[in-house]
Amino acid sequence: MSKVYINSVACISAQKTFDNSTFLDEVIAHDSNVISVVSPNYKEFIPPAAARRMAKGIKMGVVASKLALQEAGLENVDAIITGTGMGCVVDSEKFLSKLIDNNEEYLTPTSFVQSTHNTVGGQIALAIQCKGYNFTYVHCSTSFESAVIDAKLQLENNEEENILVGGVDESGEHTIKVHSLINHIKSENVKSSELLKSNTVGAVFSEGASFSVLSNKKQNTSYAEIADTQTFNTLPEKALEKTALDFLKENNLELSEVDVIILGNNGDIDFDHYYDVLSSGILKNTQQVYYKHLSGEHNTVSGFGFWLASNLLKRQEIPEIVKLNQKDISTIKTVLIYNQYRGENHSFSLLRKC
Amino acid sequence: MSKGVAITGMGVISAIGNNVAENYISLVEEKKGISRISRIDTVHHDAIMVGEINLSNENLEKTLGLTPENNYPRTALLGAIAAKEAVKNAAIDDINEYRTGLISSTSVGGMDMTEQYYYKYFEDSECQKYIDSHHIGDSTKKIAEQLGIQESFITTISTACSSAANAIMFGARLIKSGKLDRVVVGGADCLSKFTINGFKTLMILSDTYSTPFDEHRKGLNLGEAAAFLVLESDEVVKAQDKKVLAYLKGYGNANDAFHQTASSENGEGATLAMQKALKIADISPNDIDYINAHGTATRNNDLSEGRAIINVFGENVPDFSSTKAYTGHTLAAAGGIEAVYSILALQNNHIYPNLNFKTQMEEFTITPQTKAKEKELTTVLSNSLGFGGNCSTLIFSKKA
Repeated sequence: MSKVYINSVACISAQKTFDNSTFLDEVIAHDSNVISVVSPNYKEFIPPAAARRMAKGIKMGVVASKLALQEAGLENVDAIITGTGMGCVVDSEKFLSKLIDNNEEYLTPTSFVQSTHNTVGGQIALAIQCKGYNFTYVHCSTSFESAVIDAKLQLENNEEENILVGGVDESGEHTIKVHSLINHIKSENVKSSELLKSNTVGAVFSEGASFSVLSNKKQNTSYAEIADTQTFNTLPEKALEKTALDFLKENNLELSEVDVIILGNNGDIDFDHYYDVLSSGILKNTQQVYYKHLSGEHNTVSGFGFWLASNLLKRQEIPEIVKLNQKDISTIKTVLIYNQYRGENHSFSLLRKC
Repeated sequence: MSKGVAITGMGVISAIGNNVAENYISLVEEKKGISRISRIDTVHHDAIMVGEINLSNENLEKTLGLTPENNYPRTALLGAIAAKEAVKNAAIDDINEYRTGLISSTSVGGMDMTEQYYYKYFEDSECQKYIDSHHIGDSTKKIAEQLGIQESFITTISTACSSAANAIMFGARLIKSGKLDRVVVGGADCLSKFTINGFKTLMILSDTYSTPFDEHRKGLNLGEAAAFLVLESDEVVKAQDKKVLAYLKGYGNANDAFHQTASSENGEGATLAMQKALKIADISPNDIDYINAHGTATRNNDLSEGRAIINVFGENVPDFSSTKAYTGHTLAAAGGIEAVYSILALQNNHIYPNLNFKTQMEEFTITPQTKAKEKELTTVLSNSLGFGGNCSTLIFSKKA
């Protein structure tokens, strides 16, 4: 079985993360309950005429994928695997509101066509003329991990050599409004630095795209090795520690060998206790890191977590802004990532220095 | 030859029947499930025909034993019915006895409820329960709940009209690689105003019965359906002395990379998908006894797919037919129900006729099978092609 490497990372998020020459050097302090991405100059990558027709999610996805290819030094890949939790909500909302407002008349196909969940994957294939395997996973907060698991299987078995893997989610106006109604979004603005002290329900909603080239060939741009990713549709709090330990054991690791744990705390008082189980339990003495105060919450935000883990391993430095505690580590060899959303769709991922 | 993955259970609900047995009877008796739409109030009522399932949401909820406060959109209801039939058919009593996963697929998810309550959400808190069932992973979560799958790997694939075929393909990979012992795979899609109007704007809906592979085809009939298969590892099959319905021998996915919605005229993507599947199965085109074509009856699909079939099979195109004239095009579920129909064809050595065909297409000389045909079938190929250039092929066989 071949090892699987992250040969490039490209992350468009609520921070200026798309530029890999910096690493959270300057951080934007948000103070809102819904935050947007810092956009790269899309025009540099997409012809203006095409860009005008594209909703933000498609633009973010296409540009992140191009950045990932660039960094890996590739023109094309063998396969494209995309994750998205909500799909192309902007086009869906556009088509649906017109449909309702005009009683099914005067509709045009563009927004319907682009509302399909695999639009981003299809558009990337079109842009780079990739005729290979092209899948889109749409499964809540494990959409990105599903894509990683699929890619990893194919690379381990040497079915493919380079696979573009990513996650993308965009904010839609109606989606934001209705999720506010049911308190999935915080009702008040929250300062980034105060996120975990908010003591309120809901999350700070956001958007973003992160793409990487995963490969079974290590190269000098490689960030890390993906040792394992597993997801669980349900996981009772009491089973969390055992599941984490079993996951490590399957990877022949002792708890003490985990150098950094990246936690998906989003400041939702109803669900952050899942993270507390680990951070005040078996991983109490491990360097703990969080990121959703920088990125906000969306279904494929764990792509930001992967971006962060990849950078920690490659750069061997942990920015102060992401630290939850202070531990001395000489070398970062092993990073564990744990994420869940609203108590469902839990994931553990293990990245290693390569 | 490479080893196939054992299929030990199947379930289906569509416009031609509420379970596998009813679907097979309709296929053999050549009964279409196409009619005017009755469950959705649309201005296009008289301009389209659809493959609608003859059960209300209330009926389906009752069958599943759901309480009135449930928030199941129709996709989840249909999916749960078909998935439960598949698990029962596989004689599984304890779903968590082995590492069991669920790979479902859908294109609309909870859109049927979203389009009903889009503005009402802001006035009526009662309907707000459906807000969180809009995203398509929710239907998979509900199907997992109905099957009792816990602390396991479940996910959802959405690649438009090839979705369920891709779910089956990914399930096979998970079994082959030993990640799971058992996986329930398939897809579900209900009819919605969203898709009716979407396809209407693309001007690919027929105003009458669809006629796949016919020169005068006018477009597709939309349909709703759900179908699931149970795939099990050889170890489980052996340990439990399981009856194997058929084997998934080959699978392939490729991208046409031609246009967001249209297929290339030369059918490159579909050609690549079929070739990959034959390669994985390690068999030659001559080994295919029947093709269950995607055959949506749009001008574009049937031309592109027909050319792809000729690209792969040359002068020796096997018997082929599309069953879309029976069920309508059930979008994400299509690859699932057609997988069930392909397995039924194998089990019964029966090729279904391509209904409504009258006139040979001008662009090529291949003709679909228009009459039911009894013939020893060993290996059947099924195509599913979708938006985003997504092309998928599955190969089913009696032989391991």
